[in-house]
Amino acid sequence: MPDFYGTHVGSRLMLGTAQYPSPASLAQAFRRSGAGIATVSLRREAAGGGAAGGGAAGGGPAGGGAGQAFREIIRALGVRVLPNTAGCHSAREAVTTAHMARELFGTDWIKLEVIGHAGTLQPDPFGLLEAARILAADGFKVFPYTTEDGVLAARLLEAGCEVLMPWGAPIGTGLGLNNPYGLRSLRAQFPGVPMVIDAGLGLPSHAAHAMELGFDAVLVNTAVAKAGDPPAMAEGFARAIEAGRLGFEADPMPPRDMAAPSTPVLGMGLLA
Amino acid sequence: MTRRIAILGAGVMGLCAATELTRRGAPVRLIDPAGAAGPHGCSWWAGGMLAPFCEGETAEPPVVRLGQEAAPWWERAGASVTRAGTLVLALGRDRSEVDRFARRTAGHRMLDAEGLAGLEPGLAGRFARALHFPGEAHLDPRAALAALQRGLSARGVEVETARGAADATAGITIDCRGLAAADALPDLRGVRGEMAVLRAPEVTLARPVRLLHPRQPLYIVPRGDGRFMLGATQIETAHRGPATARSVLELLGAAYALDPAFGEAEVLELGADARPAFPDNLPRIRRRGATVLVNGLFRHGFLLAPALARMVADLVLEGKRPEVMDEDHGEW
Repeated sequence: MPDFYGTHVGSRLMLGTAQYPSPASLAQAFRRSGAGIATVSLRREAAGGGAAGGGAAGGGPAGGGAGQAFREIIRALGVRVLPNTAGCHSAREAVTTAHMARELFGTDWIKLEVIGHAGTLQPDPFGLLEAARILAADGFKVFPYTTEDGVLAARLLEAGCEVLMPWGAPIGTGLGLNNPYGLRSLRAQFPGVPMVIDAGLGLPSHAAHAMELGFDAVLVNTAVAKAGDPPAMAEGFARAIEAGRLGFEADPMPPRDMAAPSTPVLGMGLLA
Repeated sequence: MTRRIAILGAGVMGLCAATELTRRGAPVRLIDPAGAAGPHGCSWWAGGMLAPFCEGETAEPPVVRLGQEAAPWWERAGASVTRAGTLVLALGRDRSEVDRFARRTAGHRMLDAEGLAGLEPGLAGRFARALHFPGEAHLDPRAALAALQRGLSARGVEVETARGAADATAGITIDCRGLAAADALPDLRGVRGEMAVLRAPEVTLARPVRLLHPRQPLYIVPRGDGRFMLGATQIETAHRGPATARSVLELLGAAYALDPAFGEAEVLELGADARPAFPDNLPRIRRRGATVLVNGLFRHGFLLAPALARMVADLVLEGKRPEVMDEDHGEW
C-alpha cells in the first residue's frame, strides 16, 4: 500500500467529494469502496474572500466557518483529508488557499492545483512550481497536480514535493489515460516516487490501466459522483484497482507481435 | 381538535402548512419574528420551478413522486401557475449530457430542431435537439407567497411577529423555521445558492430552460414582463452573504451562451441565501412532544412544501403517520 510523506495509507483509491447527489450518497461511496483519502476544496466566501470552485478530480467545496456542517460530514467519513486548491489560477491564490485549508482542516497536506488554461483546465507548470517551492518551504506536504512532463516532475521533486499527481486526461473528461507512453516514461524515470493518477478517469478500467503501469494510487471524483449510482461506481473503481495492482505485481508478460501457441504440441495420436 | 396550532416560520413551508390546516378547518396562528415572507428567508430567492421529473436526475424517488402534488396544490391555493413544461438543452460539445439526462429521468420527449423551434422560436437553429418535459410547470415564488398570505388573511390568519407568553404551551407547534431550526436539528446543514434576475425584453423564452453543462449548469425561469430568473449555484456552506463575482460570472456566461439576446439584459437583482438540507437532501417530519418539525426541503421548497403540508395536516388532524417521518417522540 502507498506511503505518502511517511504516512501509510490503507487504500489505493482517493475520492473527491464534489458533485454527489447528496452527502449521504458521498458517504456510501466511501463505505462501499474503502477509499482511504478524501479530497476537499475550499470555497472562500465564508472566510470573507473571493470564491474558489471547480477542480480536478478534486473535492467538494467547504466554505470557512459556515461550511462547518460539510466539514463534519467529511470528518465523519473517518478517512484522511487532502484539501486542495481547486480553481486557483495563480501561485499567489493557491498559496493563500493552502494556508486557509491548513487552518480549517488541521493538516499540512495540500493537493496543489494551479490552473493555466480555463478551457482545458491544464496545470500551469510555472505557477505550480512557484507555489510548490513556497509551500514546501513553509512546511506543507505538497501533492502537485501536474502533467506527465518528466522535466517538470524533476523540478517539483527538487522543490520539495515527495509525491506527484500526474493527470490521466483533462479534468472531468473521463477519457482515461490520454498519453500512456508519457505516463510510462514518467513512472520509469522516478521509480521510487509515489505517484497518483489524478483527473480524467471515467471508467474502472482506466484505473486498472493506471495500476498496471505501476502507479501507486488514483484519485477520482466526477466519474463516481456523476454516475447514476455513485456508491456502485466507487466500488467498481476499488475492484479495478485491486485487479490492476495484482496484474502489475504479478510481472505481466511482454506483448509480442507474433502469435505463439499456448498449448504444447506433444505429437499426434495415431488412430488405427 | 380545537386547540390552536402555532406555526413557526412564514417561509414557503410555514405558509403552505398554515394554508392546508386552515383549509381543513383547524385554528392556526402563524408566527415569524421577521414578519411576512421577504428577503430574509430563502423562499424569497427560489426559482419556482415545479419540475419533479427533471429533479429526478439527481434527487431520490420521493422528490419525483411527492413533487407531482405541487402544481395542482398551488393552483388551488390561488397562485398563478404556468403549465408550459420544461426544456433541457446542452451546448454543442456537451450534447451527450442530454442523453445522460434523458436516461435518468422520466416524463420527457426528445425534440428535434424543428420541434424546439415550434416551442421556443428564439432558440431556433441553435440546438439540434432538446428534451421537453410537458408535465412540468413554474410559478413566481414571491407572487405565490403573497397569494398564500392573502388567502390566510381572508380567513383571519395574519403573520404575528411575537408569540405571546400566555399561548406558548397552549397546543401543538409546527416548526417550519428552515435553517434557523438547526438549533433543534443537529443534522441540518445549509447549502448556499446564488441567483440573478435580469430584464431582457428581447428574450422570448416561455418556459423554464435548463442548460446542462459539466461545470456550470444553469436554469432560467421566465417571470413575465421580460424578466428572467437565473439560478443557481449549489455550494456546501451556510454562508448567506452576497453573491460572489465568480458565481455571477458563471450564471451570466451560461445564460449568454444559451441565448446571446441576454447580452443586452439589465441586471435587476443578485441574490444569495442558504437552504436547509439533511444529509440525503430529502425532507423530514419529526415529532417531539407537542412539536412537529418540518424541514430539509433543500432546493425543493416550492416543489415539496405542498406534499409536506398535506402530510403535516394528516398527522396533526388525523393521526396519520407521514412517510417522511423518521423520528416520533410525540404525545398530544
